[in-house]
Amino acid sequence: MCHQTVSLVARHLELAGIPTVVIGSGRDIVEQCGVPRFLFMDFPLGNPIGRPGDPEMQKQCLGLAFDLFENASMPRTTVQTPFVWSGDHGWRERYMRVDDSNREALARLGEERRNAQRMAKNDGRARSA
Amino acid sequence: MSQNIDRTHRTFVSYIDKSREFYAAHGYERPYQWAYHEEVPFQPLTRPLAASRVGVVTTSSLYTPDRPEHWPRTKAKESFALELEHLPSRMYTDDLSWDKEATHTNDRESFLPIDRLRGWVAEGRIGSVAPRVYGVPTDYSQRRTHELDAPKIVEWAKEDEVDVALLVPL
Repeated sequence: MCHQTVSLVARHLELAGIPTVVIGSGRDIVEQCGVPRFLFMDFPLGNPIGRPGDPEMQKQCLGLAFDLFENASMPRTTVQTPFVWSGDHGWRERYMRVDDSNREALARLGEERRNAQRMAKNDGRARSA
Repeated sequence: MSQNIDRTHRTFVSYIDKSREFYAAHGYERPYQWAYHEEVPFQPLTRPLAASRVGVVTTSSLYTPDRPEHWPRTKAKESFALELEHLPSRMYTDDLSWDKEATHTNDRESFLPIDRLRGWVAEGRIGSVAPRVYGVPTDYSQRRTHELDAPKIVEWAKEDEVDVALLVPL
């Protein structure tokens, strides 16, 4: 959801005359919303600028973002960084996994969350992330 | 060597697909309608980066380690513009959807690269860093982002004479 929110903000900034680059790991959300320039970091959600504790990677990533400002000539320009999170790609499957091991627990969580949201709404605390 | 890569599907994760299935499993009956646009605005650079002021937009928020009970959905989240000298070394991210199993957000620079940007001012790659960092609350309501938050971010960026903006979602 973070990716959609900033993509919408990027569009507002562009229309106000401020060029933007979105740097993120949620490629489908950003591209479906449509932004002028997107630097795609194919990492687990959380560290779009680079691996924690790896300033050299972070520096290179940010450099690619600035290259995008200078080189993109049309909207919907996506550039993917060369970085790989790990040789083990299991994180792709594990995130938000739904299978027989957690189906009941997820249904229960959903019910609890709806109850909490109803209570929050009654208390005037409707806005949530 | 790449392990566990499923070559029968696109390799990058589709969060639209994942979240649809995930929330369906939670019992939400109507799938979320993601933002979709056919037209995309494009503002070319107006001046060289070496002379440009860079603003940063984050979806993280202010970290209050001594009062964490105040954060998780106990009050409305608002967009903010925070002076860089008040930027804490850690930001609050626990309320956001990121991969808490695979990684962590203890290194602020991995998602909010203010120190790196300052270094690039010193090196002459960019002109300056905006005096404030802009925070936007992640919101399911696209209407609220359009009507409340995005106009505030634009207003602050204009006040700070931002020339280019980096937007970094978690």
